[in-house]
Amino acid sequence: MESIEFVLNGKPVSIRRHPSARLLDVLREDFGLKGTKEGCGEGECGACAVLIDHRIVNSCCYPLAYARGKRITTIEGFAGTPRYEAIARAMGEEGGVQCGICTPGMIIAAESLLDENPKPSEEEIRVGLSGNLCRCTGYNMIVKAIRRAAKEGEGLW
Amino acid sequence: MPDISKAVPKLDEEEKMSGRAVYVDDIDIPGMYFARTVRSTVAKGRIVKIDVPKLPKDYHIIDHTDIPAKNVVKMIFDDWPVFAEEKVTHIGDPIMLVVGKDRAVIDDICENIAIEYAEEEPVFDFRDSAVDYRFEKGDAKKAFERTARHIEYTYRTGYQEQAYIEPQGFVAYREQGRITLIGSIQCPYYVKNAVLDTLGCGEDDVRVKQAVVGGAFGGKEEYPSVMACQLAVAVKKLNVPIKLVFGREEDMEVTTKRHPSTITLRAAIAEDNTVAALDAHIKLDGGAYLGLSNVVLSRSMLAVTAAYTIENLNVAGDVYLTNTVPNGAFRGFGAPQMIYAIEMFMHHIAKDLGEDVLEFRLKHLAKQGDMTATSGHFHEPIIMPALIERAMEMSDYRRKASTYAKDESNHGIGMSWFFHGCGFTGSGEADHIKAEVKLEKDIEDKVHIHVAAVDMGQGSKTTLAKVVAETLGIPLADVVIDNPDTDFVPDSGPTVASRTAMVVGGLLARAGQRLKSEWVSGETVVVIEKYKQPDHIRWDDEKFHGDAYPAYSWGVNVVEVEVDPHTYEVRVENVTSAYDGGKALDERIVLGQADGGIAQGVAYGYLEVMEHDKGKLKQRNLTDYMIPTAVDTAPTRTYLFDNPYALGPFGAKGFGELTLVGGAPALALAVEMAIGRKVTKIPVTPEVIMELMKHGKH
Ligand code: FES
Ligand code: FES
Repeated sequence: MESIEFVLNGKPVSIRRHPSARLLDVLREDFGLKGTKEGCGEGECGACAVLIDHRIVNSCCYPLAYARGKRITTIEGFAGTPRYEAIARAMGEEGGVQCGICTPGMIIAAESLLDENPKPSEEEIRVGLSGNLCRCTGYNMIVKAIRRAAKEGEGLW
Repeated sequence: MPDISKAVPKLDEEEKMSGRAVYVDDIDIPGMYFARTVRSTVAKGRIVKIDVPKLPKDYHIIDHTDIPAKNVVKMIFDDWPVFAEEKVTHIGDPIMLVVGKDRAVIDDICENIAIEYAEEEPVFDFRDSAVDYRFEKGDAKKAFERTARHIEYTYRTGYQEQAYIEPQGFVAYREQGRITLIGSIQCPYYVKNAVLDTLGCGEDDVRVKQAVVGGAFGGKEEYPSVMACQLAVAVKKLNVPIKLVFGREEDMEVTTKRHPSTITLRAAIAEDNTVAALDAHIKLDGGAYLGLSNVVLSRSMLAVTAAYTIENLNVAGDVYLTNTVPNGAFRGFGAPQMIYAIEMFMHHIAKDLGEDVLEFRLKHLAKQGDMTATSGHFHEPIIMPALIERAMEMSDYRRKASTYAKDESNHGIGMSWFFHGCGFTGSGEADHIKAEVKLEKDIEDKVHIHVAAVDMGQGSKTTLAKVVAETLGIPLADVVIDNPDTDFVPDSGPTVASRTAMVVGGLLARAGQRLKSEWVSGETVVVIEKYKQPDHIRWDDEKFHGDAYPAYSWGVNVVEVEVDPHTYEVRVENVTSAYDGGKALDERIVLGQADGGIAQGVAYGYLEVMEHDKGKLKQRNLTDYMIPTAVDTAPTRTYLFDNPYALGPFGAKGFGELTLVGGAPALALAVEMAIGRKVTKIPVTPEVIMELMKHGKH
């Protein structure tokens, strides 16, 4: 098996594993990055979302082979950045976290959305989050959190 | 004293956001094996023959022959086997586990196991009643005889799937002869007691720990005991650590759902056009095993008149066994079906009588001191008129209702009124649960909370810590609360029935008071507090007579919809709610519960469809079974009233389930107004609406 190389959370890495392995499993099993969650395994829930070249991707439907040469950021890599801090502060303020299983994926989705559209309307936020399921919050507090992050974190995106 | 309702940062939010929180699937143990369950593919039959291929080294089969003691998962009814022996009762009935190191090899073995069945005719309709409860209030028979006008409707509800985003799972291992299970669970002691029975071992031989739980909603109340017993049998035999985590499809196919129901209501109408008597028959589909369905049924029956007082009642309930997936606990626990039915019924009676619906409902609204359905009393103040007024004002209900009822705009607005009984039914807390909590102050004057209550997202770690901090007058940072571990926490009861804030929180507040008086700085002080039934609460379990709950929370939901005139798709435009949950222990947490509960409740009314075809569920994953996305969910406005309950901590009553139970009727009533047809079945899908549109206006 040849090795596949990519940049993971800012560091070049290389891995030998079957090219059709799910990126989700590679991240969780080979790199021990457990912040990326599995909610459905079929591209419906977004719990497994990561950033690939700064766009949101469901890692459960992403074969390792495609990762070659890409820049991949998981919640662990995003946590601690000023943008993460702005989103996390807003999520706390607005009450966007309940059971938390969707939360890392939601934060990745928020980053992807704000990166593309730093001043999204409520409608744009809802559409932007529509690939991420949350069963606990009913979304409103998450939507408000993203609005708040956009406002209070102005200039970060 | 600062107001306890003022929001504080949740104690566990940072670890959840950053991805550091450890859920069960995140746990790896060196040398860990995996397990997968082999299940029945027929709805009913006998196992004639099982052919297992030759197993590679270190791969194992675990089945009923490995069970050291009882092949039963202890719930309320002990009818659920750990593994099927000869009989299988539904598609998905567990027969054995395949255990080994490599999941691909396990899958391969599972695929090559051939099971031959002698199939039998399965039962899917309401034929075999396994639980049959009845109670009366006043004299319904006489009231029916004395009145000329009787109105009858039948209401139907479908399955609802909890659809927590984290599927169920456990990791278990053996350590010095003891078995430890770590799981995604609501009730550590339910799991522990079930495993003790199955293994037939002593108290100290089993330890249960809660991993961070990724949503539960009742789905992780009794079902985890099934997995835990299976896994414990495997660990006991093989003596290796094993992980058993479901994928989404398996989780959806085999775990418990909300009971589908058929509810027939008949009213005797007095001369002044009020309801003189109500005759109710509630039928629940229990699925293949009863588990705790009888308790679900009793909560349905106790909610029979919901927010209304009706003098004479004749209430019957049955749980039917069918050869389908077993149904069980789901937020609301039998109440959503009943509250939907009675709310629709009150509207339908008023319409049939030509009465103003609002006036008609107000005439029947329950008041403090009224006799409850079970001839107990509403002891506490009922502030429903204020809730109703506030919700109508915030939603502009009066104007919209009169406009939409007449115009052809395809808009509708619906309003539900409801209560939720807080805690276990009747004497359940005192007789069965016997909750116990422990506070331990260490030499650094930090206070540790020891309870079995699980934070599954509802924020109980934070609210319980606030109760203790406020009671003691110490900073929140000096209170420590970890996920329960049965080696350290007493049995404060299961995390169910909206009892955590009120009952466990209430015990902690009392323990806090005692700790305060026994406080010696720099020394260890331990305080244990046990549940005592309030003196004025009397309940007869056999007869369903007396005070069914120590307290009730109340609520009003107003839902506005638009129904597409061509596709009949329902779009929820906004939701307005007013609640009396006593006193919010943290306003932001309570509002979060309100948002999540109403989203589930409303979706139950129109969006969430699950059906079976000859016992096989048609919806197998989150693509087929739709739960609301951010786009489907409407903006909410929620108003929280303070109506402190003397025996709740800082006045708090139950809240988690209250926010779900009124969603479906409010939605269905809004659709009814938009389409000008009576709705008697939920979910009201475009197909259901199309069917209704074929018939004339009501
Ligand atoms: S786990 Fe990947 S989308 Fe659900
Ligand atoms: S917080 Fe539980 S699924 Fe979103």
